[in-house]
Amino acid sequence: MASSMSDYKTEVHNDWCPGCGDFGIVNAIQMALAEMEVPRHKAAIFSGVGCSGKTSHYVNVYGVHTLHGRVLPFAQGAKLANPEMTIVAAGGDGDGLGIGAGHFVAAGRRNVDMTYLIFNNAVYGLTKGQASPTLKLGLKTKSLPEPNVNQSVNPIALAIASGFTFVARGYAYDVRQLKDLIIAAIKHRGLSFLDVLQPCPTYNDINTRDWFAGMDNIDEITKKPRPRIYKLEDTGYDPVVHIDSPEEENVKLTQALIKSNEWDDKIPTGIFYKNEIIAPYDERIADRIPNYIENPPAYQEIESKGRSITDISKILDGLSV
Amino acid sequence: MASIDLTWVIGGPQGGGVESAANIFAGACAGCGLQIFGKREYYSNIKGEHSYFGVRISDKKIHSNVTGINMLAAFDAETVFRHADDVYNDGAIVYESDLEHIKTDEVPTLDKPFKTRLEKQLLSKNKSPTIQGVLEIAKERGVTLYPISFKTILSTLADEMKNPAIRGMFRMLNVLSVSVSIGLLGLPPDTLLRSVEGVFASKPKIAEMNKHAANYAYNFATAKYQKFKYQLTKIQKDPNTILVQGFQSTGLGKMAAGCRFQSYYPITPASDESVFLESHETFDVENNRPGSTIIVQCEDEISAIGMLIGAALTGTRAATSTSGPGFSLMAEALGWAGINEVPIVVTLYQRSGPSTGLPTRHGQDDLLFAIHAGHGDFPRIVYASGDIEEGFYDTAKCFNFAEMYQIPVIHMMDKFIASTVATIKRFDPTKITIQRGKLLQKIDDGEYKRFTPSQDGVSPRSRLGLENGIFWNTGDESDIEGHISEDPENRIYKMDKRARKLEVALETIPKEDQAVNHGISDFCIVSWGSTKGPILDAIEMLRKENYNVGFVQIKLLNPFPTNHITSLLQNTKTIIDVEANHSAQLGKLLNENLDRKVDYYIVKYTGRAMTCSELYDSIKKIMDGKAQKREVLSYGV
Repeated sequence: MASSMSDYKTEVHNDWCPGCGDFGIVNAIQMALAEMEVPRHKAAIFSGVGCSGKTSHYVNVYGVHTLHGRVLPFAQGAKLANPEMTIVAAGGDGDGLGIGAGHFVAAGRRNVDMTYLIFNNAVYGLTKGQASPTLKLGLKTKSLPEPNVNQSVNPIALAIASGFTFVARGYAYDVRQLKDLIIAAIKHRGLSFLDVLQPCPTYNDINTRDWFAGMDNIDEITKKPRPRIYKLEDTGYDPVVHIDSPEEENVKLTQALIKSNEWDDKIPTGIFYKNEIIAPYDERIADRIPNYIENPPAYQEIESKGRSITDISKILDGLSV
Repeated sequence: MASIDLTWVIGGPQGGGVESAANIFAGACAGCGLQIFGKREYYSNIKGEHSYFGVRISDKKIHSNVTGINMLAAFDAETVFRHADDVYNDGAIVYESDLEHIKTDEVPTLDKPFKTRLEKQLLSKNKSPTIQGVLEIAKERGVTLYPISFKTILSTLADEMKNPAIRGMFRMLNVLSVSVSIGLLGLPPDTLLRSVEGVFASKPKIAEMNKHAANYAYNFATAKYQKFKYQLTKIQKDPNTILVQGFQSTGLGKMAAGCRFQSYYPITPASDESVFLESHETFDVENNRPGSTIIVQCEDEISAIGMLIGAALTGTRAATSTSGPGFSLMAEALGWAGINEVPIVVTLYQRSGPSTGLPTRHGQDDLLFAIHAGHGDFPRIVYASGDIEEGFYDTAKCFNFAEMYQIPVIHMMDKFIASTVATIKRFDPTKITIQRGKLLQKIDDGEYKRFTPSQDGVSPRSRLGLENGIFWNTGDESDIEGHISEDPENRIYKMDKRARKLEVALETIPKEDQAVNHGISDFCIVSWGSTKGPILDAIEMLRKENYNVGFVQIKLLNPFPTNHITSLLQNTKTIIDVEANHSAQLGKLLNENLDRKVDYYIVKYTGRAMTCSELYDSIKKIMDGKAQKREVLSYGV
């Protein structure tokens, strides 16, 4: 069984810009798969279109680089047909929250047991730096002719409102924490969402690595930068819905929404919300189709020596005159 | 025994039970061994607008509707207004007698253009714009009128069954008018009652009440009236007959073909198929564990085709079912399946476009769109079924094509087939073969490459989850492993490889599956899809008058079987293209691919399917040298 990170690397030349946050994310994915010892053929990376879309080519498991905005439908279809697979979907903020926003919301309603990572850098990199749905109102990143006129969408809040049952945020330059978050997300029973802050060194000259580290915000007394990023777990924050009660759920949802609204000087990472009381989609299917998990679509026998073995005779009897 | 060929039409407000009435009628006739061909027409509306069901009954195999009605059953005014004119001079109208004084102004669902035409017609004959006026015209033509107070019957039933609520159960009017019709047409009551029971099988109490009502109305009609001129008789029943609706054919075909995943977004007239599949999501499998199909109702058609592709990548036979507007949204992903050689089946139940068009009406508008949908240059198979029976067997063929050539397949169906109910020979799943092409079940450790070169352009196919079979896919052009490649030589390899599969498809798909030769003659019809039924019936009508017409039905529309069609048509003199769209899309394909041109076009684009009668008229005109180059059909309301 594969267990070293190098087993999960391909030899494909990586053409991301030097210093790109994406490197940290793909490393974290490879480390997480290695640590979990997921057999390579039992894992698949689905990706959208954009810089992040190339992720699937760099990981040595099944890789499906889909269409712009459509990574979630492709990934869900595969997971439903073969629930044995460990499925990680990855895409950009424009991919998932712009063109693919409808799928984002609908995926939350289903709660399919898989993981979705958004590489969130607030710009459309591959088309030369236009504003993405997560760029804050009024910001003018370097290739914008005018400041951004749109409000930004809050990915964490949208995921929670849509029904994702595991919602977390990582940071591309904290690979260790990100790897742990990816493992937690994959292990979560249900649809998990990871908003990964990923500085784009080429087009986002505002939310840079230095900015996240607080280099522009020096403490007058200690003369040290005040980092914007902090970890929720360090504050005693408990994201888990422990009991099946509306009160408990309200408390956990509300605190997550409040935390998701923090930005500027304090930006939380870690798990915002986790609820395993809500049944994942496969359990909902299994309620109707008892042998779904042991005999899923991908493994069903459909023919014998080229002949159909599906018995439709009862239905035909019902149609007989 | 005189041969039977009779058309019975029932109309009423949408939601008023027209469909169950028609099903009861069709079931009662089919139960007597008779052949049925019925077609439902309805507005894009939930309740109130006019819908009707025309059922043609014969003792022989029939394939289409005719122009004209032998018996019209009307429990609302609009049905009389809209259809009385279509009743033959020796036909009959069964109607609610209370309606006689209703004016056209009192029927808000009569749309203005129709109302204006009707009032003008009534005025020209000095008749009042009322039901009475319309009926007077009919009577003067010789039509027999059966004014029946269904409301009085309801009151009597309420007293008899000691249930005052029945007085207001207007939904039962449909059963009453069916039962009166069956009585007048001379069929025995037992099959009627069995059919009522069948239609309300899931609601025993309602079934009981309706059976009582049916029995009463049947006896009422047979006691009060003499037999109607046209009579139906019980004949020898072929036990191998089913009464089936069009959408069920592709649904059952998918089940038998081993389709285990279907994603869809609700759309008329395609979603009935998905709902049917979900109603039968679990089933028995010979010598195996019970099987199941996962049906996912998606957020849109983009998601539907995305999920379908994802499922297909796991080696699952997967499909979606949609109509034109939904298929438009699928175009981009269709190209993704094309470039990545993913076997998918899209069942395309066409309706009249463009845009929302005539949402609930028929049309064969999307042939050229199906052939060209999606940007870029990639191969796909477009395959068209001609009727319900073909729908079943062709569905299985489409999955075979998809897997043998690792290609998207668009299976062309349409609204006419979807909402037809007909008696046909019971589907025989043993006639279906399942060919999975180069799908791998096991891969030895080694260097698996998804797009390895091969003579026929088709590479051994791995599936997500298979050990040693890891591959990559991308919407970008890719190398033989599936990684992005912009290399010019690789591009030539991949484009040629994909295109090669269409040549192989033409070489390997049996000729009889490419096009069906229904007979060759100097005058030869060339057509595709659901025009098949009206054409076959029209040819039969013409044959009786010694007009011989040939018919070539093209099923494989892309790649176009030029050689086969050329050879089929080589001894014909006049080609007549028949299709239900404005621009004669098949005609364009023929002109482009054959070294000769279509001589005559017969088209219809009112959203109503062709009847064999109007087609017969036009073909006859062509053969008599009296036709325009382009004949446009328009029958139907």
